[in-house]
Amino acid sequence: MENKKIETSFSSDAKKEPRRVVFVTKQTSAKVVGDRGPQLMTYPHLLLREAIVFEIMVIAMVVIALFWDAPLEQLANPLLTPNPAKAPWYFLGLQELLHFFPPFVAGILIPTLVVLALVVIPYFNVNVEGEPLWTRRPGRNLRTVLITTIALLAFLVFFDAWTIIAPTAVVASILIFSYEGRQQTTGWQARLSAKPLSWWIMTWFIAVSICLTVVGTFFRGPGWSWVWPWRAHVG
Amino acid sequence: MATSVTTLLATLRETKVWKSIFRRGPANSNRTRSIAVFGNLFLHWMPVKVREKALHVRASYYLGSISLFLFLVLSVTGILLMFYYHPAAPNAYRDMKDLQFVVSNGVFLRNLHRLAAHLMVFMVFAHMFHVFYRGGYKPPHEFNWVIGVVLLLVTLFLSYTGYLLPWDQLAFWAVTVGTNIISAMPIIGDKIKFLLLGGHIVGENALLRFYVLHVVILPLAAFVLIGIHFWRVQKDGGLTVKPKDSDGK
Repeated sequence: MENKKIETSFSSDAKKEPRRVVFVTKQTSAKVVGDRGPQLMTYPHLLLREAIVFEIMVIAMVVIALFWDAPLEQLANPLLTPNPAKAPWYFLGLQELLHFFPPFVAGILIPTLVVLALVVIPYFNVNVEGEPLWTRRPGRNLRTVLITTIALLAFLVFFDAWTIIAPTAVVASILIFSYEGRQQTTGWQARLSAKPLSWWIMTWFIAVSICLTVVGTFFRGPGWSWVWPWRAHVG
Repeated sequence: MATSVTTLLATLRETKVWKSIFRRGPANSNRTRSIAVFGNLFLHWMPVKVREKALHVRASYYLGSISLFLFLVLSVTGILLMFYYHPAAPNAYRDMKDLQFVVSNGVFLRNLHRLAAHLMVFMVFAHMFHVFYRGGYKPPHEFNWVIGVVLLLVTLFLSYTGYLLPWDQLAFWAVTVGTNIISAMPIIGDKIKFLLLGGHIVGENALLRFYVLHVVILPLAAFVLIGIHFWRVQKDGGLTVKPKDSDGK
């Protein structure tokens, strides 16, 4: 009986007595790497799908390229400025910003901040599947949202930047309407109320970018004035 | 007909020559299917197996793959266009006219290159937003997200440098508008603009610089970064999949 003495002390010999230690840090739970689910061979399952995507893409592009000609205007002439002179479409959002803000803000500061914000997303605990905005202290959060929205809109009104105001107001309204959905389980309000703050910020950013780009591309004419694209204007 | 082609292929795969080229026989077992991937220089960065959920269209909409395919189409059409192009003013513009009236399928070639370029910018943006909404940037994918942001900038710059090359009014003024913004940068703005344009205005030097950036420096940078980007998808544990990605569940 005395031979079966139970040892409770720790040995430092990892080879003789292997041991697993789990550290559970604050606000996390011990994570189990789950079953990765059924797997398929890359060859042929993935490669076949990629090949189909490639073929559909090339066929579609060839058809479009047969009928849609790339524009070619007159020879470059530094003495003849077109009105308006427009950048490529993906920079027209910035050019639209340039209409409201000084060049340093619209052309340098905002793009730099956007790129920096994108780069730091994974390093700042941004969780697009995280806690819904209205989970904890919904009343206080709603107040913060309202105050921030009003301050932002006031700032934009000061600069007459109404092509930013419009998408901002739309996204903010949907955000505020989603407050009603926090106790519902079905419907669009319930679905939207489950979104965290990061989801709302990215959606707002995309909405503003699309609005600025579309307006800059189709709705801006001589002197960056508003034009309707379906009306022929003297160009 | 179909069977005869299949049998012919099956016979070919058993030949010494086929095996010497592809380093394997027919891929009829999981072992040889694995070799087909890791034994191939162009595929070896891919995983041998993929999760079924990662193959579901909703997992990616193939946006990253489409961006890569567009890059390949752009490389091929771009190299073909280089045969007809002189990066000098006003010869560049005459080359555009030659493409239009002299070169066989010249307009088609240019249309395809331009279309693919615009689509690539669009698809890279779409890819980035899709990855964000799926949480694909989360650990351990953090740095691959950063590489992706750099790739977005490279794509934009590639498209932008290509925009000047036709040397027409559209190209000239679009680039003038863009480079004027750089001057707004405090202290170094004018210096950077001078470095980019090789002068104070968009002229012949700017055309040559944009050409070199467009056909050598930026494509090389994109090529290397795309390689790392795709390779890391696998190294970091594959595509981000979600429970709801499976069909009908």
